[in-house]
Amino acid sequence: MKKICAVVLLLSLLLVSSALAGPASIILATTTSTQDSGLLDLLIPLFEKQSGYQVKTIAVGSGQAMKMGEKGEADLLLVHSPEAEKKFMAAGFGVSRRLVMHNDFIIIGPAADPAGIKGTNALEAIKRIAGKGALFASRGDNSGTHAKEKTLWKAAGITPDGQKWYQQTGLGMGQTLNVAAEKKGYTLTDRATYLALKKNLGLAILAEGDAKLLNVYHVIELNRSTWPKINAAGGKALADFMVDPKTQQLIGRYGVEKFGAPLFFPDAGKNPAALGL
Amino acid sequence: MELIVEGILTALKLIVSLDSEVVAITLLSLKISCSATLISLLIGIPAGSLLALAEFPGRRLIISLVNTGMGLPPVVVGLFVTIFLWRNGPLGFLEILYTPLAMIAAQAVIATPIVTGITNAAIQSLPANLKLQVLALGATRCQMVWILVREARLPLLAAVMAGFGGVISEVGASIMVGGNIKGQTRVLTTATVMETGKGNFDVAIALSILLLLLAFGVNYALTVIQQRERPR
Repeated sequence: MKKICAVVLLLSLLLVSSALAGPASIILATTTSTQDSGLLDLLIPLFEKQSGYQVKTIAVGSGQAMKMGEKGEADLLLVHSPEAEKKFMAAGFGVSRRLVMHNDFIIIGPAADPAGIKGTNALEAIKRIAGKGALFASRGDNSGTHAKEKTLWKAAGITPDGQKWYQQTGLGMGQTLNVAAEKKGYTLTDRATYLALKKNLGLAILAEGDAKLLNVYHVIELNRSTWPKINAAGGKALADFMVDPKTQQLIGRYGVEKFGAPLFFPDAGKNPAALGL
Repeated sequence: MELIVEGILTALKLIVSLDSEVVAITLLSLKISCSATLISLLIGIPAGSLLALAEFPGRRLIISLVNTGMGLPPVVVGLFVTIFLWRNGPLGFLEILYTPLAMIAAQAVIATPIVTGITNAAIQSLPANLKLQVLALGATRCQMVWILVREARLPLLAAVMAGFGGVISEVGASIMVGGNIKGQTRVLTTATVMETGKGNFDVAIALSILLLLLAFGVNYALTVIQQRERPR
């Protein structure tokens, strides 16, 4: 018994020392789509090798990521909720916001398409879903995808909250897709997560290609003057890496081999107006 | 059905091939939960003995609180530990949020009431005369406590198992204070949640099987120790 105790104690001490002696770290608060699609598993190790920083990726919804930024609990944000981001910048929480990449949102649902939305535009699609009372699985977690969904409902003049056909999962994108698949419902998703999970879902793309469904990702460096503990240099280094031409090339190629199509389109340095923002 | 078979096959493949990432995740789970259990024993056994043997006002209230704490929800612990450990929180200067240390701390908070509660019950269930007998034979108070703890060692091993079982299997606190960071704080439970989210059900099943094997292995070892000394 004593021997076991001694070994465990030694192990914990080792753990303590290794944790204390670790390299400078950067907390990257980001959305679930960048992690669930596997993109960050490709990029982060490269950055760590190049820069010597250790990156702590915290994959939460864009809403929570920005809250962490507001409270100085992150060093860099990689998010996709443009309206909320503009407010975030206007309030002085961020010092620099740069365009990284885009893909698009799609409305997916059972192939039988009970609400008959196939081939319609985004607003018409959700109007029909609401009109038919077909099940719609919402993220309901203030993520970028949820924010986009709310702007669509608003534009369509529909209040889905409290409706029986409108179910909020409160989960990440991957899990929400599984819920929609299991319940044969409709949902709004980013294309990257959908492609990465498609094989198990049995849900089909029913509405896509609408300018309203653009999904744009930005990196935001945070304001060190409010929260001096922010690792601003590390945040900047990682942001610079994300928009670096070499990284952008990798982003553009990511997923081509596995899914037959890129999951993200690199946009660094482009004028946001060119994307219709 | 196909999925379950596939999951089990993937699990076997991952275990047999000693996939380096899976091995690292498994070892980290073990390291964190063992450290947390050890801390909870260092606090819980003395505290439980004190509650069982000492008389002081408010004792019943404290025992009730400890017993309630045995069912402390891990997410609640996770939330509070996270808030305390935030950079700008009261313990932010420690800079341990999103590290294994934070996970050990949170898990120790979960396991300590379990160990304290079971220790208290174990010592209280010893024959009442034993304490008097030991004292009458000339033992000091410290020696008396030590003898009683030794006497209760079999139920105390149950406390170790319950504490360890509670923390190795929890996910709520680990994912909040650890962040599920690849290569740093990803343990079996948080990796299972993530792989499920990614739709990699086969890998998720594989990780679950590993978790069950790990929990079984540790409990088997402890049970062997416990049953070796079964009173006849």
